Amino acid sequence: MAEATRVLVPGTASGPVVVLDEPLSFWGGFDPATGRLVDTHHPQVGAALGGCVLVMPAGRGSSSSSYVLAEAVRVGTAPVAVVLGESDPIVALGAIVAEELYGVGLPVVVATAPALVTGPRVTVRADADGTVELADG
Amino acid sequence: MPGSLMLSDEDRAMLNGRRGEGAGFAMRILVRAAEAMGAGRLLDVSSAHIDGCLYHGRAGLDFARRLVDGGAEVSVPTTLNVSSLDLLHPGLVRLDRGTAAEARELMDAYLAMRCRPTWTCAPYQLPERPALGEHVAWAESNAIVFANSVLGARTGRYGDFIDICCAVTGRAPAAGLHLDDERRARAVFRIERFPERLLMDEAAFAAIGHIVGRASGTAVPAIVGLPPSATEDQLKALGAAAASSGAVAMFHAVGVTPEAPTLEAATGDHAPAVDVSIDLTAMRAARDELSTVEVGAAAGSVSIGTPHCSAFELRRLAALVEGRRLAIPCYANTGRDVLAGVPGVAEALRRAGVTIVTDTCTYITPIIERAATPVVTNSGKWAWYAPGNLGFDVAFATLEECIDSAETGRLVRDRDAWGDG
Repeated sequence: MAEATRVLVPGTASGPVVVLDEPLSFWGGFDPATGRLVDTHHPQVGAALGGCVLVMPAGRGSSSSSYVLAEAVRVGTAPVAVVLGESDPIVALGAIVAEELYGVGLPVVVATAPALVTGPRVTVRADADGTVELADG
Repeated sequence: MPGSLMLSDEDRAMLNGRRGEGAGFAMRILVRAAEAMGAGRLLDVSSAHIDGCLYHGRAGLDFARRLVDGGAEVSVPTTLNVSSLDLLHPGLVRLDRGTAAEARELMDAYLAMRCRPTWTCAPYQLPERPALGEHVAWAESNAIVFANSVLGARTGRYGDFIDICCAVTGRAPAAGLHLDDERRARAVFRIERFPERLLMDEAAFAAIGHIVGRASGTAVPAIVGLPPSATEDQLKALGAAAASSGAVAMFHAVGVTPEAPTLEAATGDHAPAVDVSIDLTAMRAARDELSTVEVGAAAGSVSIGTPHCSAFELRRLAALVEGRRLAIPCYANTGRDVLAGVPGVAEALRRAGVTIVTDTCTYITPIIERAATPVVTNSGKWAWYAPGNLGFDVAFATLEECIDSAETGRLVRDRDAWGDG
């Protein structure tokens, strides 16, 4: 369905898709207490990201974003999967640490042109061997 | 790409717990992160700077405790970034008791791993700093961009968690800006004419950084036309702004920074994908984009020193406020080591009514009261993050405009300096 180029963090998760038009820094741009996008410079400020399959062109900004993502996983407000247009080690690390600490898998993949639009549910399957599947539902 | 990462025998031994459970956990996280980055191997680092000591919830504490309980200690000299508390000026930070206690617990966990209690976002202002070409593992976006760009040291864009894993293991993924080719510029920005009246200040540099950050994407930018007189403080302001509005982890200032004697040296063989001119109109637009209130609006307070003020910046601030009556609160964020080096300046600032903040920063922890807004700041980084972080209105200005605003209680703009017509 999409040309998936890399698996950054393996795992399987399903949720409604939210496509961001601009990169997001989780720190300063996402509130783990509410699961909402709070970056006032972002065109989609206010978007609810908890439980979604988050699709965004790239990560951005602060190096604290790994911590904020892991904290959001801990309190249950994080996206369930992240699909990036460009590799972002800070997002990947947040997911890796969340899995190590809390046993919650949050797949992070790089897909150059995923055919995903905001709304419908998809399932992200990212295997350790590098294969990625983005399936409806 | 699992499987492509080659570990040394020592890496493998550490992974298997030979240096204790904590170091083994640190190596496991590092290996997973290195695989996600596509690194082929790990390399030695000579220092680390840790961002994970700033409290954003229990996850960071759970992580640090896992390391401490496993007996982990740093294996290279390691400095600590700002925390959520000001230990030298208790009472300044208005966190609830529970959060303050956990923030303190997090700080103590990093001290238990033998990190140095520097509590500053500007570790490059400390006496020992990495040399040209030295591999380090630094976190904190402004410190990263300064280390790579101004010092010519080599660090990836490290963040919370991996920072301490590198410090404990003494290793980092051989990827990204550690590698020659990744350090070449792929975007070019040309300053048409640097505004003469702003040569001595940081604001124009921050405005340029803001523009560069917005337009660079993940490319390393080269900036042509910055004045050769650019100081470390000014380059700090530029880098911090670029790393806030964008993901910039390194820039070249042609003729100024060590890896960019010429544009060709900065770009290498790459034809830049982005080539942008920056004129005074663009700088004014950046300034105004970083401001949510209009000139003349009531100002509630002033905040200086994001990233932390250098000794020179504290001196300049002290000279500007001397003999003037500040109508609104004025905060200066700095590092405790820098402050200890200029006791006379600190005294002069306090006498003039400036509140000195150490160990933390006004844009990440509750110090400024909502009643004391909008906040006027000379920091592009502060102005970028505060509206989202704190829900405050903000105005971005030169240091002189900041102090004029502090004196009058209104946002003052030097229209000549910015060429506003």
